[in-house]
Amino acid sequence: MQTTFIVAILILGFLVTFQIAKASEYVAILRGEERSRKQTNKINGFLLLVFLIAGLIGVYYCNEQLKGKILGAPASDHGVLVDRMLYITLALTFIVFVITQVALFWFSYKYQESDNRKAFYYPHNNKLEVIWTVIPAITLTVLVGFGIFYWFKITGEAPKDAMQVEVVGSQFKWEFRYPGADKVLGKKYFKEISDAKNNPLGQLWDDPANHDDIYVSGEPMHLVVNKPVKLVIGAKDVIHDVGLAHFRMKMDAVPGTPTTMWFTPTKTTADMKKETKNPDFVYEISCDQMCGKGHWSMRGEIIVETQEEFDAWLAKKDPLYTKIAPAKKMEPAKDSTTAPAILKDSVIAQVIK
Amino acid sequence: MSEAMSVHPEVVTTHDVHHDEHGGGHHKETFISKYIFSMDHKTIGKQFLITGIIWAIIGGLFSVLFRLQLGYPDQSFPILETFFGNWAKGGQIQPEFYYALVTMHGTVLVFFVLTAGLSGTFANILIPLQIGARDMASPMLNMLSYWFFFLASVIMLSSLFIQTGPASGGWTVYPPLSALGQASDGSKLGMDLWLVSMAMFIVSSLLGGLNYISTILNMRTKGMSMTRMPLTIWAMFFTAVLGVLSFPVLLSGAILLLFDRNLGTSFFLSDIVVNGEVLPNEGGSAILFQHLFWFLGHPEVYIILLPAMGMVSEIMSVNSRKPIFGYMAMLGSLFAIAILAFLVWAHHMFVTGLNPFLGSIFVLLTLLIAVPSAIKVFNWLTTLWRGNIRFTPAMLFAIGFVSLFISGGLTGIFLGNSTIDIHLHDTMFVVAHFHIVMGVASFFGMFAGVYHWFPKMFGRYLNNTLGYIHFWVTMVGAYLIFWPMHYEGLAGMPRRYLDKSGWVSFNQFGDLDKMITVVSIIVFAVQLMFVFNFFYSIFKGRKVTTQNPWGANTLEWTTPIRPGHGNWVGEIPEVHRWPYDYGKDGRDFIPQTEPIGANESKH
Repeated sequence: MQTTFIVAILILGFLVTFQIAKASEYVAILRGEERSRKQTNKINGFLLLVFLIAGLIGVYYCNEQLKGKILGAPASDHGVLVDRMLYITLALTFIVFVITQVALFWFSYKYQESDNRKAFYYPHNNKLEVIWTVIPAITLTVLVGFGIFYWFKITGEAPKDAMQVEVVGSQFKWEFRYPGADKVLGKKYFKEISDAKNNPLGQLWDDPANHDDIYVSGEPMHLVVNKPVKLVIGAKDVIHDVGLAHFRMKMDAVPGTPTTMWFTPTKTTADMKKETKNPDFVYEISCDQMCGKGHWSMRGEIIVETQEEFDAWLAKKDPLYTKIAPAKKMEPAKDSTTAPAILKDSVIAQVIK
Repeated sequence: MSEAMSVHPEVVTTHDVHHDEHGGGHHKETFISKYIFSMDHKTIGKQFLITGIIWAIIGGLFSVLFRLQLGYPDQSFPILETFFGNWAKGGQIQPEFYYALVTMHGTVLVFFVLTAGLSGTFANILIPLQIGARDMASPMLNMLSYWFFFLASVIMLSSLFIQTGPASGGWTVYPPLSALGQASDGSKLGMDLWLVSMAMFIVSSLLGGLNYISTILNMRTKGMSMTRMPLTIWAMFFTAVLGVLSFPVLLSGAILLLFDRNLGTSFFLSDIVVNGEVLPNEGGSAILFQHLFWFLGHPEVYIILLPAMGMVSEIMSVNSRKPIFGYMAMLGSLFAIAILAFLVWAHHMFVTGLNPFLGSIFVLLTLLIAVPSAIKVFNWLTTLWRGNIRFTPAMLFAIGFVSLFISGGLTGIFLGNSTIDIHLHDTMFVVAHFHIVMGVASFFGMFAGVYHWFPKMFGRYLNNTLGYIHFWVTMVGAYLIFWPMHYEGLAGMPRRYLDKSGWVSFNQFGDLDKMITVVSIIVFAVQLMFVFNFFYSIFKGRKVTTQNPWGANTLEWTTPIRPGHGNWVGEIPEVHRWPYDYGKDGRDFIPQTEPIGANESKH
């Protein structure tokens, strides 16, 4: 009913507009096309000026309304660099934006058709053109310079003391793995992935590095404040993306091609609760790469805490291997076709040597 | 070709095109040969335009539907269930439907509207008319170009009606999502149809592009040297070159993806466990597809934008009554953009695990594009400076184009910088950026072209008042929709999220999303008004009574008001000067066909 009503109003409004438009065309012809054209010209010239002024006020108003809704100060060391680059770019582009938009609409208004003016024949001016080639080129060189400098800092090697966490995306959840006491993530092979065998990541149990690896799912990833962390990122089915808006970090999770990213969280979750005055604050992992019908809800959480809190949390976790191990002893040794990855790796290594 | 003309008072045709002649050069065109399987470039252009308009309505409607979901995620719209059944169960858009809508909106508008509908239309209509040719180099291939596009359209449209729905992995169709039917319903039959349709589309685009290039290079009238061509033609030329060099790469990607989907190959697939099922594929690279896709995908942005730039340059000069400022610089910047378009594709892939050093090269090349873009903007501004400007609807859209191009171009400097892109990649900031600079700006170029050349196409004018309403509502609406959207992106809100209420970080924009939805519905309604104006004016618009209504210099205005096939009655005019002698030596305009006077000043 309501919809019919809205549609009826729309059609009515449209018919009225159309009749007015048609009538104005006749009136224009009656009153002399040239005269009414000139009048319309004045109106549109004026509207362009109005648009400029209203637009600039709108830009200011929009910023006032929304600036409080973007994410506040970054919560990682790399995030500070990203934000600094963002604000340098914003400052420069905003100046260019205002100058060019003002020129565009002001010229349109000022040089609207008038009987008293003749257009100025001005086909080119090499000096001007060189100036406005060189100035943007220099500005952009500065931006590229800063950008690449920060980019290499962010994407460079992780520090040696960085903790490692593996993040694995699949439709539509995140799973994590901590390397355990040996600080090495054990090898895995995708064909080993099996819920039935309680091996959600496809860890190869022949690799001793796997025996102390701690698997975490269905709860937040835990990180230590002010301690660099290197995420080793993978995906099981389609491409996902680990998006960490508060840390200003992002990296795709690609099946078959592991990726990494590292950063140092600088604020604990408790700090952020205070800073944002939001008792429900959590760091979120958003999937930023279209991954299927549940993409919009593929959410993970991160808790950033002190080393003591982290150690206490990790101490309560048992490696997955301890659950598998009793069963493992009963089984005969694996045949070579199902556990080829390690073998293959060592063979390849020898061949290369 | 021009020698072999059979002249008839209104209809001029060529012998080598038509073989159903009835003696004495008189010649009957049937309805089919005139309007359907026509080889007249003007008719083919109109076919592209009208097909493009139909697609634009469909694609635009899709955006209204998913904006309803974004603005009112909790509300139920029973009418949706009436129309879409299970796709909108309980009047709520289902996730599968939402992603299908988003994917089709992107595909339809990028390829079917802004590629075929824009450059297909204006390259066809303007190239022969503005360079002084009777028709395209190969009218037959030109006709096939349209009919391959039509075939592609039919296949794409049919995918909307199958049970598992159309492709729904985003318009970029990244595998493995698009390769695995188990991962998404849209990756079942709908995806095969998408790929086949795109293959047909690419064939169409190649036939058209090769034709445009050979026509421009070989069929210019006497005196029309390359540097006397209007900037529209230069823009169409570079557009065609971009298309011919980059579309085949997408075709290869599409075919490999078809193989992966149907023949068990592993070009893009490796190490996959989907829904608990371990797939045998090993050794492929999902990222390879992204390289192939964006090697087309980025030039594609310029395929969309360059024709708009060319038309805006022309329209701005005509209506400022002033030459375009810096013709050679405009030309050089078009050329630079065309070259750089091929060297920046990986800026779409900064966060795919791309080697950071390679990334830094792409940052440099990407930001370089800002230089020719800046030159173009400054030259347009100087063209307006001290002009005597007439605000026809076409001119207003041209000014709007420049405004949007500035706004959207500047946000490109954020995204092209890999450091900032880490944060903004795949957020609403990207959506806002490319809609302004590529979507709306190119639409503005297209509207400018339609308003400006409608009299040439149909011998009638569009209604001006409706034109002005169309411009102002669209202009204000475009900024209201996309400007605040940048803030959502700055907050890190990912694209393609249909409901943000479950998120702590992204749920603060509810009111904004409502506002955007309302405005986009209004803007869509006004576009429908334009479509009405378009079709109404074809039949009932005010008739054009003068040969050269805008007082323009270019050759298309030397043809009869309603040119027949062959364009000129009698000889094709000779060209003596560049097309931008406006306001020279105290004269309002000097057509290209006028010989240089004895004491004319030099520029």
